[in-house]
This record gives sequence, C-alpha cells and structure tokens, in this order.
Amino acid sequence: MAVMTYLEAIRETLRQELRRDNRIIIYGEDVGVRGGVFRVTEGLQAEFGEERVIDSPLAEAAIIGTAIGAAVNGLRPVPEIQFADFIFPAINQIVQEAARIRYRSNGDFGVPLVIRAPFGGGVHGALYHSQSVEAFFAHVPGLKVVIPATPYDAKGLLASAIQDEDPVLYFEHKAAYRSLKGEVPDERYLIPIGKADLKREGKDLSIITYGLMVSYAQRAAETLDKEGISVEILDLRTIRPLDVEAILDTAKKTGRVLVVHEDNLTGGIGGEVSALIAEHALFYLDAPIMRLAGPDVPAMPYSPPLEHAFMVTPDKIAEAARKLAKF
Amino acid sequence: MTRSAAQPLPQASTLEESLRWLRIMLTIRRFDETIDELFAQGKVHGTTHLYIGEEAVATGVIAALQPGDVVTSTHRGHGHNIALGGDINAMMAELLGRETGYCRGFGGSMHIADQSLGNLGANGIVAGGLPIAVGAALGFQLQQQSQVVVAFSGDGALNEGAFHEAANLAAIWKLPVVFVVENNQYGMSGSVKEMFALGHLAERAAGYGIPATMVDGNDIFSVWEAAGQAIETARSGSGPSLIEAVTYRYKGHSKSDANRYRSREEIQQWRQRDPIDHLKEYLIANGADGSSLAQIQREVAQAVADALQFAESSPWPDPSMLEDAVYAKEDGTHV
Repeated sequence: MAVMTYLEAIRETLRQELRRDNRIIIYGEDVGVRGGVFRVTEGLQAEFGEERVIDSPLAEAAIIGTAIGAAVNGLRPVPEIQFADFIFPAINQIVQEAARIRYRSNGDFGVPLVIRAPFGGGVHGALYHSQSVEAFFAHVPGLKVVIPATPYDAKGLLASAIQDEDPVLYFEHKAAYRSLKGEVPDERYLIPIGKADLKREGKDLSIITYGLMVSYAQRAAETLDKEGISVEILDLRTIRPLDVEAILDTAKKTGRVLVVHEDNLTGGIGGEVSALIAEHALFYLDAPIMRLAGPDVPAMPYSPPLEHAFMVTPDKIAEAARKLAKF
Repeated sequence: MTRSAAQPLPQASTLEESLRWLRIMLTIRRFDETIDELFAQGKVHGTTHLYIGEEAVATGVIAALQPGDVVTSTHRGHGHNIALGGDINAMMAELLGRETGYCRGFGGSMHIADQSLGNLGANGIVAGGLPIAVGAALGFQLQQQSQVVVAFSGDGALNEGAFHEAANLAAIWKLPVVFVVENNQYGMSGSVKEMFALGHLAERAAGYGIPATMVDGNDIFSVWEAAGQAIETARSGSGPSLIEAVTYRYKGHSKSDANRYRSREEIQQWRQRDPIDHLKEYLIANGADGSSLAQIQREVAQAVADALQFAESSPWPDPSMLEDAVYAKEDGTHV
C-alpha cells in the first residue's frame, strides 16, 4: 500500500487497467507526448505506445463520437476531455448517442465508455477553466456520473467505470489532484457505482456532498466537533444514479441535512437530493433542508476576491452547519 | 515570400506608418514579457497564453482594418487588443484581477474585449469566436453596412467543428469576414504536422469555396498586404477569404507547458527569424536611424512599466460585484 495523491491514484489505475485489458485505449488532446495538461497520463504513451495512448486534434465532438463508435465495436475507450469546460461540443454525442444506444437498440448493445474530465475552480482558471458541469449530465438517463472524493475512491471507482458496460462520466476536481493524499492499495479493487459512502458518523446533522467538497466538509466537521456539534458526512460518490437509501438513512438519523456542492445552486444535485428527502423522509426532519452551493452566476470569475466569493470553502460549510444545528 | 531587407518598403506603407507598427509590436512583446515575469514571480496566477513571436500577425492585419471594422480574438489575444489601440493599463489591471481592468477583474487574460475599438473579445474556447465572427458579418451584411470582420484563430481551431460550420456559412452567404489563421505550428503539444493531413492549412479553405493565401506571418509587410486584399474583397461584397499566417510562439502554450514536444534548436531557429528584428532591419535599410528605434523601445518599456504600476496600485474588486452582470438591468442598461 502506497500513499498517493488523487492524481497519482488516477494515473496508476489507468496504468493498471491498460495492462489488464488490451481493449482499453486512451485518447484526447495532449494526452500522449505531453502526458496531459495536469500530467494525469504522463508516461502512459511511453509504456503502451501511440496506438493505445493517442494524441487527438482539438475536436471534442469527434473525440467522444469516435470513442462511442470504438466502444460499440469492441474497444474500451477512456477518452479525456482536457477541461470539463470544453465538453460542450461533445454533448450531442454524449446525450443523443452514448446515453441512448442501449435503449434504442432495446438492449442489444451498449456503450462501454469512460469520459474523464478535470473540473472545478479555486485554481485561478477563470471562466472557461473552472466550471462544474456534472448537473447537465446527471439529468440524463442512460449516463452514469462519478465524482471521487479521495485517492482510494478514485482508484476503485475508475476501475468500476472502466468495467461498466454503460457510459460513465468521471469528473476529477483540479484542486484535488495534488492537495489530496491517501493510502491506495496496490491490487485492483472495485468500488460500486451508485453507492454512497458514509465518510464520517455523527448525530447532530448530516452533510451530503461529493468530490472535493467531502474533504472540505471533513475540515468543517473537525472545527464543529470542537464546538460540540457532531457532523455526519455522506459522500455520494456517484451523482447518477443516486444512492437513495443512503441519503434517506442519514436524513432520518440526524434530522438535519445540509447539501453542499460547488456547482451553482439552481438545478444542481442539491435540488434532487432535497426533493428525495422531502418526498420520503420529511417527517423525520427537525429543520428545513439547507443547501450551500456556488452562486447562480454564469461562470467563475478570475480575480482572487471574486473567485473566493464564488467558492464553497470549509469556513462557509462550517458557518452553514452552525446555523442548521441551531435551528 | 519573405522580403529581403534590401528591398524597398511596399509602396503604400510609409516610414512613419512602419514606425507606428514597430511601436505596437514592441508594446505587445514588452507587455507579454512582463506578464511572463509576473507569473514567474508568483504575482499572477492561473494561466495565460503569450503572443511573443507572433506580433507581426495581429499588427499587420489590424493595420489593414478601418474604423468600425471588428475582430474576434482568441485565448492568445493580448496582441490583438494592443494592435487595436487597446488600453494597456486596463489590460494589465485585468491580468492582475483588479477593479480597473477591462472586465473589472472578472475575466483575466482570456476574456479581454473592447467593443469601442471593435474587439468582440478574446475567448477561452478554441474556435468559440469563429461563428460569432460570421454572425457579426451577417449583421453588417443585413444592415447594409460596409464593415468587415476579422476572425482570428490558431491552427488548432481549424479542426473544431465550429470552424467548419462557420466557414461554410460565411461562404454560402458571401459574408464580409476574413479568417486569419495564426499557424504557430502547435495546438498546445499537437504539431500541425501530426494534426493535419495537409501540407498547408490554407488548402483547407478550398473545401468551402473560400479563396485562401499563405503568408510569412513574421513579415509584417506580407501580412499587411494579404490582409488588405482579403479585407477589400470582403468589403466589396465578394465574400470571405482565409489567410494562413505562418508564425511561431517562442513560449509554451500556456504557463503549464514544459515544451516537451519540441526542441530548443527549433525554438532557436525561429528566433533567428524574429518579426521585430525583421521590421527593424527594414526600417534601418529604409532610412530610419537606430537612435529613434531605441527611443521607441524605451518609451514602450516605460509605458508598460507604468501600466504595471497602475495595475498594482488599483483596488481589488469588491466581492459584492459577483452577481452584478448576470442579466441586463430592468431599464436595459449594463452594470
């Protein structure tokens, strides 16, 4: 067992998977010689060759469209979209094609495809290198959307995504790449897609979140612990399909729920999680459900004070949780 | 294609005009060198895309425009805005994220726009500006205005779907737009040799029925002449053109680029063909004196230093601005 960053966990999983299954190919913009903008795929072309780790032109619709074609024809493509912000030209292929091929072929065939993309802000990326795009895809039946919170989860969820018979979007928070470290077993293991993970047990309130915000919530929980507020943290791990049972269990247990995400508030996952709790666990609640999310502005501004005002932080989570605990 | 220094200046350009171009090119270079230094010092964060080495393209093309014409810029857009006469104080302040910046700190490097000068904006999305340029041209055509649009892009943009769709529309509707492809040899790490099955990118235009030409993008006179012809064609109602300006970026694609995909020798070879040195040689050969060129260089350095001081002494934006510009105000005005 080695201690790895989030980024290294993803890279080593890709390496292990490429060794395990020669149907797997990686491609995208600058993933080969350069090893990716963030160096996630560094060294993979050297080890597996240009036919399995392929540099593509700037052509997102074609990267994903051809990956779909390769997937239905026997390969296991793991294309990278360089920044999640660049995925939009490919939405037609993802939503109209990848998500629907199994349904429209009445189950005859599907699209075993994993689309990796770095997302999220707080790294001074400005408007087109900071966005959270997960809610667009979480709306679409036929897709699965995975957002790991730790290096351990990054490995197990990526292996599961690659093994999955259906299209999976696998989003990696840029600020997590080098800031999150943890123990990662050497051997291959699978973490089930669609199952949430209770990252911390508590009794006063539940924070339901995913991705980088899990570690931010953990920091807030440690602060609150010293103030006598006991926080439970449910990491969704997968935002489509949602683990309804785990969401309802924690809501019923603590009776107070704070849903947190960096993606903007309206139409975000927080709304869906809140609706599930309101429908199925309303009378267990001791306080209205609270959401803490990015503001409803079109993109993340560049200037540090504005970026900070946009970002969800451990302090903002702690502040929201205090209010909820007192309600 | 490249003129030798011994040749006379093209007839239409005066020495005075050429000195003005030199000042613009030096300003672009000093501005971007300063940005590079600020990153190295940790005073600017995030990323930026430097125009160093490509100055003749923006300067030569924009010199051929008339007031009222417009451009769409790119992620590597500082040069376009400076060549349009942009305010380097406001640019520097934007890069430092200050309230006095072009976008009050919202945009940073990749989102500078100045509608008053005809810059419809830099763009963080490769090829994102191309359909917008074609739409601006449609606006001119339908309103029976004689203005022209220049759509700047890099080489990499030519492989995006947005380019193909925009180019075809421009051609079938005979729109007054000139596509200027700044072929700096690489889309990030992707060499044009590997990403195109074409000898020259200009060849691609034929597929849309668009006339195209390839010029030495490091020779401002070639750029200026080709742009002048293409812009005149567009203005006269004869439809779009494409110019491939062959050039080179000395610096990495962005601040995270370790330049692994190319050799030091290659970079050094291109530096031998520097567009600014090239213009200086012309000017000297045509009667400019060295001391006046040095004087311009000093003035430019001072102007950029002043811009930096202006930016550094400017206030940070107030976080209360965060939701100011999401929609127009009720009375239809901006913020």
